[in-house]
Amino acid sequence: MLKLKNKFSVERDISGCGLCGIINAKKVKTTGEDIKKAISVEHDRGNGLGGGFAVYGNYQDYAELYAFHIMYDNLSAKGNVEEYLKNNFIIEKEEPIPTSKTSKIKDHPYLHRYFMKPKSDRQDKLFHDLGDDDFVVQSVMSINEKYDGAYVFSSGKNMGAFKGVGYPEDIADFYKLDEVEGYMWTAHNRFPTNTPGWWGGAHPFTLLDWSIVHNGEISSYGINKRYLEMYKYNLSLKTDTEVITYIFDLLVRKHGLPIELATTVLAAPFYQNIDKMDNKKKELLTTLRQIYGSALLNGPFAIVFGYSGGMVAMNDRIKLRPLVAATMGDFTYVASEEAAIRAICPSPDLVWSPKAGEPVIVKFEELVAQKGGLIGL
Amino acid sequence: MIKSSFSNIQSEYLALIDHTKCVRCKRCIQNCGWGTYSFGGDKILSDHTKCVACGRCYTYCPEGAISIVKNPTVIRENGNWKENHIKSIWKQSETGGIVISGMGTTFKYKKYFDHILLDACQVTNPSIDPLREPMELKTYLGKKPSKIELDFNEEGEPILKTKMPPQIELQTPFVFGAMSYGSISLNAQKAMALAARALGIVMNTGEGGLHDDLVPFGKNIIVQVASGRFGVHRDYLNSGIAVEIKIGQGAKPGIGGHLPGEKIGLDISRTRMIPIGTDAISPAPHHDIYSIEDLRQLIFAIKEATNYEKPVSVKVAAVHNIAAIVSGIVRAGADIVYIDGYTGGTGAAPNIIKDHVGIPIELALAQVDERLREEGIRNEASLIAAGSIRSSADAVKAIALGADAVAIGTAALIVMGCHVCGKCNTGNCSWGITTQRPELVRRLDPEVYGERLYNLISAWSHEIQEVLGAMGVNSIESLRGSRERLRGVELTDAELKVLGIKHAGL
Repeated sequence: MLKLKNKFSVERDISGCGLCGIINAKKVKTTGEDIKKAISVEHDRGNGLGGGFAVYGNYQDYAELYAFHIMYDNLSAKGNVEEYLKNNFIIEKEEPIPTSKTSKIKDHPYLHRYFMKPKSDRQDKLFHDLGDDDFVVQSVMSINEKYDGAYVFSSGKNMGAFKGVGYPEDIADFYKLDEVEGYMWTAHNRFPTNTPGWWGGAHPFTLLDWSIVHNGEISSYGINKRYLEMYKYNLSLKTDTEVITYIFDLLVRKHGLPIELATTVLAAPFYQNIDKMDNKKKELLTTLRQIYGSALLNGPFAIVFGYSGGMVAMNDRIKLRPLVAATMGDFTYVASEEAAIRAICPSPDLVWSPKAGEPVIVKFEELVAQKGGLIGL
Repeated sequence: MIKSSFSNIQSEYLALIDHTKCVRCKRCIQNCGWGTYSFGGDKILSDHTKCVACGRCYTYCPEGAISIVKNPTVIRENGNWKENHIKSIWKQSETGGIVISGMGTTFKYKKYFDHILLDACQVTNPSIDPLREPMELKTYLGKKPSKIELDFNEEGEPILKTKMPPQIELQTPFVFGAMSYGSISLNAQKAMALAARALGIVMNTGEGGLHDDLVPFGKNIIVQVASGRFGVHRDYLNSGIAVEIKIGQGAKPGIGGHLPGEKIGLDISRTRMIPIGTDAISPAPHHDIYSIEDLRQLIFAIKEATNYEKPVSVKVAAVHNIAAIVSGIVRAGADIVYIDGYTGGTGAAPNIIKDHVGIPIELALAQVDERLREEGIRNEASLIAAGSIRSSADAVKAIALGADAVAIGTAALIVMGCHVCGKCNTGNCSWGITTQRPELVRRLDPEVYGERLYNLISAWSHEIQEVLGAMGVNSIESLRGSRERLRGVELTDAELKVLGIKHAGL
């Protein structure tokens, strides 16, 4: 049993970590070599029990289709899930995810990917009027919760997550990421403290085209989880990272907040600072805190968050975890340690340490990274 | 001592005077509201039957000559027939009446707060030092929309479109519970008003109307509308920060109240808008609320009368089906629901009700919060938990179980000298709290006790900040409803399930 899902009797998974992100604002692609080199510098930030990557722009030929990456513990699980998929999706292509045998990754689940779109006459249409995205979210949650031995770890368009148990540089070799190209990469090296050897627990955590790598522990997990459950999110994985992904999904996709504003919910400015702002800004941010107080992520974190429009890297509101950013031409790099950036970009144009709660936001087709966020504190 | 009846034969306490220390200053005679002491020509005499152990006399005896001791003469011990049973039977056989007392139940029921433990950070996440980092306790009570509405200007900047429903801003998640002018003295209310204003929190008029002296404190006052409708008029509704409809009270769910005519002097009569000397009777139900749809009408009648500028709170006692009841109240349009547990205090209630009706606030609160979340309406109303919050630890646990704020009643009275003697109903309170006798009321200085109330709530707030810091969060909203930070000890599976928490060790 490879433990795709969290079967430990803990409410949630706790880990320390290292992370990296690379984005090219003009969508120039790089292979997985760079990100692997950068994250391998942060080797000691993990303990070999989880590593992973997210890449955007890697499925150019299937850009309009949802790319599901699914891990299976056994073939009967595969059969059950595929029956569900065939009933509800038009599967344009399916294949095993390419891997190479390496001595570093010993046991691994069966890894398969599907390129598909939801059927327009799927059965649930009789009962619901869900959009395609919402149906995909529901399908991912339902497979992850109800199908024993199966776990969807990627479900976005023209992007994919590649992760598992091992050091990230070994995971990169296992998935042959040197042959994969993308214009945005994130990587994660995991140091779990209570749930070892769990393939599903590696980062990035993804939903649709949201992907999150995360270093930290969300001390407000209890209320964040209950808040999301009120909006019918099913937190089957019991990880902090899952919470962050769903909060972004709720705020940005469902409630229509701009990314910049969503980050002020996650790392809300203190009232003592809000009170000093001009009236309009003060009213906006006070209202956000009143409405979304339960979505405030409290406790130490550094996250790199990717989506189809770009990348966001940010710290908690008092910066309890490291995060460094750098730019070089159209490239923006973020990492837990400056050394990781310098390993692949020895003399960047600009290097800085983002302040507490201030996001680094890079959007495609914008030439420079915004230093600081909407709210300059 | 007149041994006229069984129930008077044995006094509960003995007021003993050490005559070698006593200097015959007679302060005890002056201080005792109960008439325990008298001067016998050459020494102070005590009538033990009158002593309630309120502690006033020995606090003010300059020589430390007074001791109040439990009467060692026993009523024969019996595990089944306890003293309170026997004494109640005597009393009732002599009077044919209902036994009434003040304060909350004296029964020793299981206190769930004492079986809940808090979490703290070790290694994997850092704790935060509240002396060096901001630690936010600010709380807003009122209806919150489920999502924000935005417009965008030409530069693409977000413009707030949401019109927030009215909120009560609290600097710390405490409010003073409802205690009416009549049940307590005006000076006691003034002490709370002064403290509430200094703390940035609110007090509550109770059902006794708003005395003219308290009008300037309007921004820190919730005005209450109860079944007797005492002192309710349009200006009253608009004179506070919010309006509360009182349906029930934890100490006496399902029954009304009765302020006897002898307590209705000129001032109370003016404030309550009833003739001097008439009994102020609050009916058991509101006679215009016989069902939930009637409550909705009253909520919106009040909103109309206050131009939708004041949040409307509904106060209910925690009873068996509380989750469904509160869900109905929220759907009826309440902005705040105040839930009062069975150990809550009162000025007077029949012991049969006080000691046997209702359920613990911890269980009620946990179920209400869960139910509102299941129904997706938790944002529609704020929850205030009450019913003997004895410490900041109780407050923290209540907030983690799902309360937005907690209410303090008895604890505030203890600040003013109350020893929880439970004789509020008699109107003889030696501390000047639950009395209208001018010579007793006068001794309660609102400024002195206002400052002590300020001290208490400040101290409890600091303690909450310490707990938040230890848990590694720096804002109260990250604790609110975060039951993952709670663990139970010595609780059954059923109790843990109701509370929605795990047993310690898991």
